[in-house]
Amino acid sequence: MHVAHLSLTDFRSYPAVELPLEPGVTALVGPNGQGKTNLVEAVGYAATLGSHRVATDAPLVRLGAPRAVVRVRVVRDGRATLVELEINPGRANRARLNQSPVPRAREVLGVLRTVFFAPEDLALVKGDPAERRRFLDDLLVARTPRLAGVRADYERVLKQRTALLKSAGPALRQRGAGVDLSTLDVWDAHLAQVGAELLAARLELVATLRPLVSGAYDAVAPAPGGTALDYACSMGPDVEPATGRDELAEQLLAALSAARPRELERGVCLIGPHRDDLVLRLGPAPAKGYASHGESWSYALALRLAAYTLLSADGGEPVLVLDDVFAELDAGRRARLAALVAPAEQVLITAAVAQDVPEALTGAWVDVRDGTVQRVR
Amino acid sequence: MYEGVVQDLIDELGRLPGVGPKGAQRIAFHLLAADPADVRRLAQVLIEVKEKVRFCRTCFNVAEAEECRICQDPRRDPSVLCVVEESKDVVAIEKTREFRGRYHVLGGAINPIEGIGPDDLRIRELMTRLADGTVTELILATDPNLEGEATATYLARLVKPMGLRVTRLASGLPVGGDLEYADEVTLGRAFEGRRLLDV
Repeated sequence: MHVAHLSLTDFRSYPAVELPLEPGVTALVGPNGQGKTNLVEAVGYAATLGSHRVATDAPLVRLGAPRAVVRVRVVRDGRATLVELEINPGRANRARLNQSPVPRAREVLGVLRTVFFAPEDLALVKGDPAERRRFLDDLLVARTPRLAGVRADYERVLKQRTALLKSAGPALRQRGAGVDLSTLDVWDAHLAQVGAELLAARLELVATLRPLVSGAYDAVAPAPGGTALDYACSMGPDVEPATGRDELAEQLLAALSAARPRELERGVCLIGPHRDDLVLRLGPAPAKGYASHGESWSYALALRLAAYTLLSADGGEPVLVLDDVFAELDAGRRARLAALVAPAEQVLITAAVAQDVPEALTGAWVDVRDGTVQRVR
Repeated sequence: MYEGVVQDLIDELGRLPGVGPKGAQRIAFHLLAADPADVRRLAQVLIEVKEKVRFCRTCFNVAEAEECRICQDPRRDPSVLCVVEESKDVVAIEKTREFRGRYHVLGGAINPIEGIGPDDLRIRELMTRLADGTVTELILATDPNLEGEATATYLARLVKPMGLRVTRLASGLPVGGDLEYADEVTLGRAFEGRRLLDV
């Protein structure tokens, strides 16, 4: 698929902008702070209903404007679909597909798919486990939309159970053993059930990603030791996660009951997929803490490339967005990454310096300056 | 800001669920323009509803007497009991005309975030009702959301030693709709809960 046209109203720095696009490579070039990333951010928003830079929608609306509108014409197998999103901070966003309103904004998910490479990706390797869990869960939802519901349910069960732990802990210390913990059993059962579904999906995804990440890393930056992905489970290193969902639920339930005294003590939920991590190994050592800046970058790229391969294999090749990534890479890695992404149906690149864009990625050239866009090649 | 009592009225109306400041203003001016007799009748009903209506001592549905109409009705099957969260759920189920048993209104669902535990619901009263052995089937009709499911699980575990038949309402696709209009979460769950077609 590819984006044929992008049109923005009051989005970030743009009062209004129209940007026609074509399949193949398009480089958006201009000095810092001119609005290059805002353009690709809007493309990403149309695909995921979220920004890769901020957690809330408010900063996406131009200062002083009541709402922002993002319009993207997506062409897939020769058929065009117009996705229109109205971003209303503090209220529900509205969406239209081919000019007709849809009841829920999330119905537009899946029309446009993107894989985003951005400087923020470094956090995938160097950041907290939450970043890596989000990477896995976002990819799960992109492949299986039903899991969005499982993910939301899990968050909700977790909140309820944590609230209960917080109130039950002090009550237990005050009144001793007489406190009825049977509601906690109920929440344990729900956490284990929903958690097992999420966990099973993640474990399967990690197994699928493992060879893809390893292949992508070798292609970007051949490493002697190779790479490996491990899923670190909150149930402890000596628990080998089961493969079936029912067995996983039983394991989680057992781990929850073992951890209960500690959980009541601390008032937090210590077992479950929300405490898991995706361990990225480079040779024998974990990448976090051991990998150099360049190696961390290569790893982040490898994760995104693997996601791209996976989504392409599912059908509907995603649009690749490379936001300011070439500046961070040495000439060798730059050229190898360029060779990897060049065959994609559409690649959108932003760069502050024209020389940063590798020669293998020649295509359309758009000058972005002061909130205006001009096609120069 | 309006003067005195007009603003008081708008403020009071604005505290009602589903009524915002603009809506409150519209209702207030509608009342000002309305026939005094109509307004008096409304005021009378408001006072009466607080004075007369209470909760049924058996099922905790809203009632005008000690017991609600359903609990008083001898034709209702006393062996089947349907547990719901709110009185409005009773009305919804009554509209189906499918259910001929009796009800028990819990007054909410277990929700630790809002500080609602089993002791805040009418669960002890439910257990008392079940104790005499008249009820043989318990239908758990709490809302199909997490809190409703948790409440249903809690009750199911609680009554398990009694050996009752405990059932839960089915959830899935709406009847009479088109498959294509179901959202992917509902449709995905309907797939999970598919059943064998016996022919």
